[in-house]
Amino acid sequence: MLRLVASGPGPDAAMRLEGVALRRGGRRVLDGLDLAVPSGGITAIMGPNGAGKSLALRVMAGLVRPDEGAAIPGEGLSGPRDIALVFQKPVLLRRSVRANLRHALALYGVPRRARRDRLGELLDFGRLAAIADSPARALSGGEQQRVAMVRALAARPRLLLLDEPTASLDPQATAAIEALIADTAAAGTAVVLVTHDRGQAGRLADHVCFLHKGALAESAPAGPFLLAPKSPEAQAYFAGRLLL
Amino acid sequence: MRALSAALCLAALALPVRASDGFIVVQSTTSTQNSGLYDAILPRYGGEVRVVAVGTGQAIRNARNCDGDVLLVHAREAEEAFVAEGYGVARHDLMYNDFVLVGPANDPAGVAGAADIDAALSAIAAARAPFASRGDDSGTHKKERALWAGAGIDPDEDSGTWYRETGSGMGATLNIATGMGAYALTDRATWIAYRNKGDHRILAEGDAALFNQYGVVAVNPARCPAVRVDGARAFVGWLLSSEGQAAIADHRLDGQQLFFPNAAGE
Amino acid sequence: MQGFGDAFAAAFGLIARLDADLVEIVGLSLQVSLTATLLACAIGFPLGAVLAVGRFPGRGALTVLVNALMGLPPVVVGLVVYLMLSRAGPLGALGLLYTPAAMIAAQTLLVVPIVAALTRQIVADLDAEYHETLRSMGAGAGARMRTLLWDGRLALTTAGLAGMGRALAEVGAVMIVGGNIDHVTRVMTTAIALETSRGELALALGLGMVLMVLSLALNALAMGARMGAARMAHA
Repeated sequence: MLRLVASGPGPDAAMRLEGVALRRGGRRVLDGLDLAVPSGGITAIMGPNGAGKSLALRVMAGLVRPDEGAAIPGEGLSGPRDIALVFQKPVLLRRSVRANLRHALALYGVPRRARRDRLGELLDFGRLAAIADSPARALSGGEQQRVAMVRALAARPRLLLLDEPTASLDPQATAAIEALIADTAAAGTAVVLVTHDRGQAGRLADHVCFLHKGALAESAPAGPFLLAPKSPEAQAYFAGRLLL
Repeated sequence: MRALSAALCLAALALPVRASDGFIVVQSTTSTQNSGLYDAILPRYGGEVRVVAVGTGQAIRNARNCDGDVLLVHAREAEEAFVAEGYGVARHDLMYNDFVLVGPANDPAGVAGAADIDAALSAIAAARAPFASRGDDSGTHKKERALWAGAGIDPDEDSGTWYRETGSGMGATLNIATGMGAYALTDRATWIAYRNKGDHRILAEGDAALFNQYGVVAVNPARCPAVRVDGARAFVGWLLSSEGQAAIADHRLDGQQLFFPNAAGE
Repeated sequence: MQGFGDAFAAAFGLIARLDADLVEIVGLSLQVSLTATLLACAIGFPLGAVLAVGRFPGRGALTVLVNALMGLPPVVVGLVVYLMLSRAGPLGALGLLYTPAAMIAAQTLLVVPIVAALTRQIVADLDAEYHETLRSMGAGAGARMRTLLWDGRLALTTAGLAGMGRALAEVGAVMIVGGNIDHVTRVMTTAIALETSRGELALALGLGMVLMVLSLALNALAMGARMGAARMAHA
């Protein structure tokens, strides 16, 4: 796999969070989070439950407006066409796979003439051609997540945000999704992957950002980090100790 | 789906438009419709007559709103007021029958032996026997109120006890009367045509005060410019003609004549 | 006393000999109520979706109003439409009073609140599930409403059927604005009212049974269509 970004994220970031703070129910769930996503490769966001990983992702996607600080998209990136988001539990429309993708192409404003070809590419990319006319809701969890993945890619986003996309899938389906993620990154799309799974981070990530209590505890290249994290929070997490 | 609904809508709208020429609307009392008079005479008239059968009071109100071309009701004073106020061209006697007092066969108030309608109503009031009143400002209701007044009784004081105001049409009121064993005043035609008599029967009839005159009025185009003048004039003329009068006289139910034509000769 | 036996006999007789008047009355009932329901859906679906998805001042009040209007007595709707369409009223010049078009207008008014209120609930429930996904895809309010309405189409047929049921069953509105004119505006319910006032209770009840059968057939048809669509969409 290509390791485009060996060092820390430079000024050509695809997404930058600057001092992002967010209060929920009187608690600061994001607490001055600074984070930069490189404009290529796969960045894993790790951390214990409640560290603010999913919220950070939603702030990047523009779904949640921070109380303080800002999410600053990289040069030339704006809106859902460029920044796509895939949830842990895919919400597909009550239509066929094909109609789901067609709906996305229309929403993203892909020109009508281009939609047919793009639809074929997406079906091929997700290996969905055989089930293109099946009702999306009748598919297995893994198939549904594959549809959600290619739906997010419909308008060729520059940044793909994935919120634990394999958390509720079996190993086989997980492998299929991981292959799609790797292919996507290889094609030049920057990927942010929220994951609990060290093994997955090891298989996919170039870079890891470790969050704790709504702030960045460590940011490091994936290889060294996964072998021996430097921050006490990440060390404790990998040692299986409770982080409070 | 939108296209279908639009098409259906057009079809629905086309229906009245297609037939918009050559018909007239008659605002009518209910007794003439319920007793089948229109079904019997209109085929002999030939022209298209659309009958809206409501109580006399409502028929007059609708005609005042110009929602009819001809008024056919039975409340002489109200008809004359309608003409006097300029809503009607002229009022004509058309036909008559009479009102009858109906009640349960066991006649709890002993009405059957009464000398006249005053005595009959007095007997009902004295016995506090249930009486079902239209209570709807219809021709029959107006007549009933006049009869109570003639007998020197104010039933309003007992409204809700033995005097029950149904606020409904003649048929609905008769259904209530037969259901609760109450007396009721009805025109004879409706009674003869009524099919749910149960053990109710006519207990008082024949008093001159029970005379029931029907009148017909063409709505005044000076007041209601949209009125179909020619159609209205033609229909009223036919009703008053010997041909129309004969058609009315020929309408029978169970061997009985329901309406007696009495238009003034031309 | 006329009993249910007579009513069954009357109903069966009418259907068996395909009574011409009955066919005409049933046909007009269907034409009027179906058209009114379709128009009400064309208004009520978007209106319900706007109430569910839109964010604008007065939305809460409008929702309460629509919910309250579900209980509007048909007679009141009939009176309102009568006052509008009467020759003395603002739309009198159209000459629509005592026509099927007037009946369609009245029933449409009657059915819109039902369809809109049910649609609002259906779309709001679906929006709870779709909201984040559609927002993440950059869907604006209009696109969201279209998506939610289409994906709620199975549940929305039930809203349409509920409206159709109300339209077919009501008598108060069509009686006033239609006038129950023979061969012109006489529908099932006004015919039943007329036969009841004539004391022809068995015939009235028989017509009522025909109406029931009709309503059953419509619902069965819609259910069949719904189940077919459900298999396609797996919703």
